[in-house]
Order: sequence, then structure tokens, then C-alpha cells
Amino acid sequence: MITNRREAWTGRLLLGLLMAVTVVPFVSLFVTALHPKGTYPSGLSWPDDPQWGNFADAFRAASMGELLLSSSLIVLGVVPAALVFGTMAGFAFGHLRVPGHRIGFLVFLLGLTLPFEGIITPLYYQVRDMGLLNSRWAIILPLIGLFMPFSVVWMRAHFVTMPDDLSEAARIDGAGTWQLFWRVHVPLAMPALSSLGILLFLWTWNHFLLAIVLVDDPAKRTMAGALGAFQGQWGTDIPLLCAGALLILVPTLAVFLIFQRRFVAALLQGSIKG
Amino acid sequence: MPAPIAGRRTRRPRAGWLGWLFAAPAVIMYATFVLRPLSLTVQYSLYDWNGIGPSRWVGLDNYRRLLTDSELFSSILHAFELILFFSLIPVLLGLFVAATIRGIAQSRLATVARTVLFLPQVIPLVAAGIMWSWLLSSTGVVNEVLSAVGLGGLTRAWLGDLGTALPAVGVIGAWVLVGLCTLLLLAGMSKIDPGLYEAARLDGAGPVREFFSITLPSLRQEIGVCVTVTVIAALASFDIVYIATQGGPGNATMVPGLEIYYLAFSEREIGMASALAVALVVLVLACVLPLQRLTRDGSR
Repeated sequence: MITNRREAWTGRLLLGLLMAVTVVPFVSLFVTALHPKGTYPSGLSWPDDPQWGNFADAFRAASMGELLLSSSLIVLGVVPAALVFGTMAGFAFGHLRVPGHRIGFLVFLLGLTLPFEGIITPLYYQVRDMGLLNSRWAIILPLIGLFMPFSVVWMRAHFVTMPDDLSEAARIDGAGTWQLFWRVHVPLAMPALSSLGILLFLWTWNHFLLAIVLVDDPAKRTMAGALGAFQGQWGTDIPLLCAGALLILVPTLAVFLIFQRRFVAALLQGSIKG
Repeated sequence: MPAPIAGRRTRRPRAGWLGWLFAAPAVIMYATFVLRPLSLTVQYSLYDWNGIGPSRWVGLDNYRRLLTDSELFSSILHAFELILFFSLIPVLLGLFVAATIRGIAQSRLATVARTVLFLPQVIPLVAAGIMWSWLLSSTGVVNEVLSAVGLGGLTRAWLGDLGTALPAVGVIGAWVLVGLCTLLLLAGMSKIDPGLYEAARLDGAGPVREFFSITLPSLRQEIGVCVTVTVIAALASFDIVYIATQGGPGNATMVPGLEIYYLAFSEREIGMASALAVALVVLVLACVLPLQRLTRDGSR
């Protein structure tokens, strides 16, 4: 490729600038969190006496231990079920091509564009009538339903690329449809499944709207939902709020940095297919 | 949009109607927690109901009010204004940056950038809202930078000023989405045959010409995806606004998502909230479906 030096340097400069703009808010959050409680620190100034204790205080004020447990339980309730249901339906629409699969798929596909606010009002009454209000099920069950369009579309996209010969061979060996699915196709779908799993984890952990509408007790919400409550309670104590916000970011950031490659690939593919 | 897959139908594995058993769990969850509430939203929108007492049939009155009540209607206009920030800026900036760094896409800096630029996508929008409310406050970094470059006269509490609150919310959204757009577009550019650029250079084309004759046309699909994702994010915005401004000052940053929330859960106007919800769903579809022509590639 012909690229001259000046262009390469402009590129580096621009990229550096964009990265700086991306990172500055995080730095500001961190620096602010270290200032004495109840002060209004200005900008990016490093405190004379960094208050590392703010993190411990925020941990206690937000009952972070409980929150981590709650968010983990919600993720455990949502992600495996959504993966299994999405994969099975993706298999039915993409590989078995059941009668009417095109219509069925189209109904899921249209659901991709649905804003959650569009159904939140009746959902509240429905969840109330089911007696689930203020329990974690109030977040888990609707989220599984709301993630179905993406999961089904994603897994179908994988299954349509699987050659039919593979299934023919398995059938000649006497495999039933269930065995064909479970023994042959699920193992082959692992890369698609793990990317989907990462995305679903992220979206569940960060989900906000259902949490604030359907669950009053912050200790039974998702991390993001609890952060909303934390802001309401400690919104005037800026350093403590920043410390709390940072603590709430840590789990997702950690998972992101560990699974970076898969994450970036999953997010890029995710938006292409979504 | 799905396109029929031609020529693969001769030897499909046959499971017939029983195959629907595989789709059943997904269909049941989707029908119970999405399709049923969606149809109820349409039904509620035709009634006047406070959520507790008896409801009263009002036909299309709620929709009429939506078009005539300036407060409600302005929330929709605000959502469209946010598209400028959530879609137009990230896509244009993303195109510009991606085109400029195309030449160094394989360098170590670019690998680091891939991770860094994704950070806003990974964190909850609520956290982005909290960070930026602080950055945009009267003593925040934004004002500090402005003063440092001699624009001290411009400083203000950006999210509290009637004239700047909505653009300030838009900036938060742009920050969240610009990295994603840049990386998506860069991934698309890496698929363009480098020979095309070589040929253009030999013909004496500059970077600008190159961009408009090669890069832009080849990126149709990726641009379509970026616009679709970001337009949905703009029209359905909720988390950021809820945290940063709660719709204020006044109603300067009220968006449909937040208005639905207030109408349904504080003002107890279930019918009106539902009518706005229906309008929002229809608006998103009306904006997004035409865009799919751009991205149609026959693969699904």
C-alpha cells in the first residue's frame, strides 16, 4: 500500500486525540473519587491528600457485595436460558427450515428494532399480575423474552451457513433430530454461542429500564439499576458518587479486558447483524 | 431483511411441523413478554386509564393530544434532534478518522486503540451519564479546557442551561457511539481491495478523491449498519437522559422514552403513555426499515 509519512503521522495524531477524548472521562471520574467527601473538586486536579478510603465507603454505602450477588443471579437466570432458547429456535429456522419458518423469523427480526420503552407500561401490569414485582424474576423473565429477537437472528445466521450434507450424514448414521442438534450442531456452534453469551452478559449486567420500573429494592436490581439508585441517594456527594460509579464499572471492565478479543469481535459482529 | 436462500432447498433435513418444538421456548418467551405487552400497548392507547380505577374508551383522542400538546410533541422533536448527535456526528467523525488511520490500521497503536475506543460500549450508559454530568458541570473538565484555550466566556453549566442542555446530552451519546462507528467502518475498510488504492494513487488521485471514489462507495453496508444502530439509540434514548438531566431544565431534554416513563409511572396516564409508546415504535420502524435497503446483502 502506498502511504506517505505525513499521512501516517496525521493518522497517529488523530487516533491519539480520539483515544484521549475517550479516556479523559474515566480519568476525571477516578481523580474526583479521590477527593475528600462532600467537596466540589474542579476539573482534573490531583488531590493533595488522596482519599483511598472513599472506595471502601462507597462499597459499604452501595452494599456492593449484595449488588454483585444480585447482578450475578440475574445474569445466571437470563444468559443460559436465552442462549439455549435462541440456539434451538435458530436451529429450527435456519437449519430445519420448519414450515412457515420465514414468517416466524420475520416476526423475530422486526423485534430487533423494538425500543424497550414501547412495552414497559403493560409489562409492569403483567409482571404485577404474575406476582413477580420486586423480585429478580421481574427482570429475568422479561429480559429473556426481549433478548429473543437478537439471539434467534444471531444463531439463525450461524445455522444457515451449516451444510446440509452434515445432517444427511448424521441421519444416515441413525441420529434423531434432537441428537443431530445436540451432538452435531451445538458443538459446531460454539464460536457463535460464546460471542452471543458475551453480548447477553453485557446487556443484562448493564440493563437499566426494567430494573428501575419493576424492582424497588436496589439490592435486587442489576448493577446499572443500582447505580441509578445510588445517584439518587448520594448525588450531592460528588467524590463518593464517583467512587461508587467506578466500583460499579470494575466488573464489566475486568471481564472486558480479560476477554478483549472475543469482546471486540462479538460487538462488531453484533452490530452488523443487529 | 431476510432474502430467500435459493438453490438450497432440495435436500433439507426434514423435521416438518415437529421442528417447531425447537422454536417453542423462544416463541413462548417472546410472545409472553414482548408480543403480548406490545399488543396491550396498542389497546391501552385507546383508553383513558389511571392504572387503578375503571378505564374509559376514548378512541384516537390520545393520539390527537400527542400531535397538539406542544410538550408531548416536542419530546419527539428532541429525539430527532438527538439523531444529529447520536448518528450524524459519530458516523461522519468515524468515517473521517477511519479513513485517516486506514494506513496505520495494522500498527500497534491501532491495536491499543481498538480496546480503548470500545470502553464506552462496555460500561453501562448510566455510568456514562454520571461521568459526563460531572465533566459538563460548571466546575467540570469541559469548562476547564475552554478557559485554558481562552474561551472562558463560553463556560457554563452545560446540562443546566436551557439552550445547551439538549446538545450536551447529545455529546454524551456521541462519545458513547463514535468509537463503535469508527471501528465498524475501519473493519469495513480493511475488506476493500488495496489494489484499488494503488491504482488511484498511480492515476494521481489525492486522499480526498480516494475517499469519495473508493472508500465511501465500498462502505455502503457498514454505513447503513452504523446509521441503523445509532438512530435507534437516539430515538429510544432513556438511560443517559434519565441520569444526566431527568428531562430538564424545564422540558428542554425531554425525550419520548423518558416521557413514557413519567406518564406511566408518576402521572398515571397509562393511555397517553401507551399512545406515545406506539408512536415511538412506529417512528423507529419508519426510520430504520428504509435504511435496510442500504445494507441488504442477500445473506439473510
